[in-house]
Amino acid sequence: MKLSDAARTAGATRAAGAVAARPAGTTVLVLLGSLVALLILLSLGLGSVRLSPDAVAAALFGGGTEETRIIVQEIRLPRAILGAAVGAVLGLAGAALQGLLRNPLAAPELFGAPQAAAFGAVLVIATGLADVLSFALPLAAIVAAFLSVFALLVVAGRNAGLLILILAGMALSALAGAGTALTMNLASNPFAALEISFWLLGSLEDRSMRHVALALPFVLLGGAILLSQRHAFRVLSLGEETASSLGVDVARLRLLVILGVALGVGGSVAVSGTIGFIGLVGPHLVRPLVGYDPGRLLVPSALAGAALLLAADIAVRLLPSTNSVRVGVLTALIGVPFFLYLIVRERRSLGGGVS
Amino acid sequence: MSAPYLVADGLSVAVDRREVVADVSFSASRGSLIALVGPNGAGKTTLLRALAGLLPSRGGLTVGGASVAALGAREKARTFAYLPQGHLVHWPLPVRDVVALGRYPHGAVDPARLSRADAEAVERAMRVADLEPLAERPVTALSGGEKSRVALARMLAVEAPVVLADEPVASLDPYYQIEVLGLLQRAARAGAVVIVVTHDLGLAARFADRVLVLAAGRLVMDGPPEEALGPGPLADVFRITAFRGGTADQPVIVPWSAV
Repeated sequence: MKLSDAARTAGATRAAGAVAARPAGTTVLVLLGSLVALLILLSLGLGSVRLSPDAVAAALFGGGTEETRIIVQEIRLPRAILGAAVGAVLGLAGAALQGLLRNPLAAPELFGAPQAAAFGAVLVIATGLADVLSFALPLAAIVAAFLSVFALLVVAGRNAGLLILILAGMALSALAGAGTALTMNLASNPFAALEISFWLLGSLEDRSMRHVALALPFVLLGGAILLSQRHAFRVLSLGEETASSLGVDVARLRLLVILGVALGVGGSVAVSGTIGFIGLVGPHLVRPLVGYDPGRLLVPSALAGAALLLAADIAVRLLPSTNSVRVGVLTALIGVPFFLYLIVRERRSLGGGVS
Repeated sequence: MSAPYLVADGLSVAVDRREVVADVSFSASRGSLIALVGPNGAGKTTLLRALAGLLPSRGGLTVGGASVAALGAREKARTFAYLPQGHLVHWPLPVRDVVALGRYPHGAVDPARLSRADAEAVERAMRVADLEPLAERPVTALSGGEKSRVALARMLAVEAPVVLADEPVASLDPYYQIEVLGLLQRAARAGAVVIVVTHDLGLAARFADRVLVLAAGRLVMDGPPEEALGPGPLADVFRITAFRGGTADQPVIVPWSAV
């Protein structure tokens, strides 16, 4: 691995006085933030009725015609908010897991977290509990995601290599998939099964502010927990033993990451279905810009995740097709080849013992 | 010699229910460099980790009169600077940032925003480890010896009263072996308790004020190098004979043949 030029330049400018923050980091944050804002505006303007940025702004703040207000505020705004929030927390969860496991190939979807969350959600949908108690949906998804990540780390053990983690993740993912299949298999109503299978593909279509209210608190809480550990991730770069000797409670950190990832992924999956590979791709896109410091990677990864999902969600609206392509399908179509590319790139270090 | 600062009294450590270190008692004063030696599997690393409070142990362990078990995490981290074997850095962070992580127990959580005192401690540690020219290099791109010095500087940046180093010179060339042990000796003279695990009996004899010999988890010798690394202990514990020279104050020991 090599340090990016941007990070090296930032380091060089900092060499004079060890007190100043890295200017490159701030610039990248502003640029990524602007990109996310731009994509949100685009997301509000695009659809079967195209609106100019002026019209979007007017409708957003209560101006314009009633029709555009409804389109922007009630149909597209929830979709844009969810796109940004879900993308951000997935990017953040990926960066946090990579920091915890000190490996650039870690991501929630490789460890079965979204699949487990989906199983939890499907169980609640199939039993009808979700109709009675709306918060049962995200709670079930969060509990299932927590259990799966917890089980993953227990099965893989301390200081597990990536190979063990991915094998255990594959097993847990398959188990969750089997559970989901069984639930659909046993569903008394064939329409319920069909609905579930479409929901599983992952989409942000036709979401309302109710969905936002359902997911956002958990997503924000999960994100806050992960962000609060940013400095501990940096110390963990030195290995668990050294980090402990420097006063980091590694067991607590691990538990907090599991909790944060479960809240973020569970809350997201509950309203959007499974949307994969944002957590893997996001951190990789920003590393060349901000360097490898796992503490400094979290916020840029979240912004990159938000931008990725918003862009993918805009893309599925622009694709000419009679049946709308689900955004989860698109992110997987783009994400899997990217994952393969990363495997090729990391092949040498992965081949050597995978520890 | 001043009053004992670090005191182990009947210290036992079990790993996976197997007693790896049994009933070890010794005390160490500030200002002394102590070599902890013993054959492979004697329990040196386990003892060192227990001293650092990284492993639960039975028996008494006090530092400056206070029980180590009763110290808070941050206070413990400020009291014991620990350098594990291997000392890998997993991401290509700049050398200066890695060294700055040694200030974490002092509340310097972000290497980009160090207080003046923390920045000075980092510069001091970099200077003594001869790392200034490498300050902005990514640590993963360095040679094995350079990485060892980065790890050492990171540990020295803690500026702790107790320094515990596990084979700090294992991957260094002779020049840096001597440099690093000289450096640890200076840290001791400046008022720290320094305990160094090493397999190099020659260097132990050259630099240590005192040698602890561990065999099968038990402390079998505790004394000045001339005595603790005398012909008897070398034959019994290490199964070797050594070529011996120097003076009583500065013994020279060169492991020579297997018994």
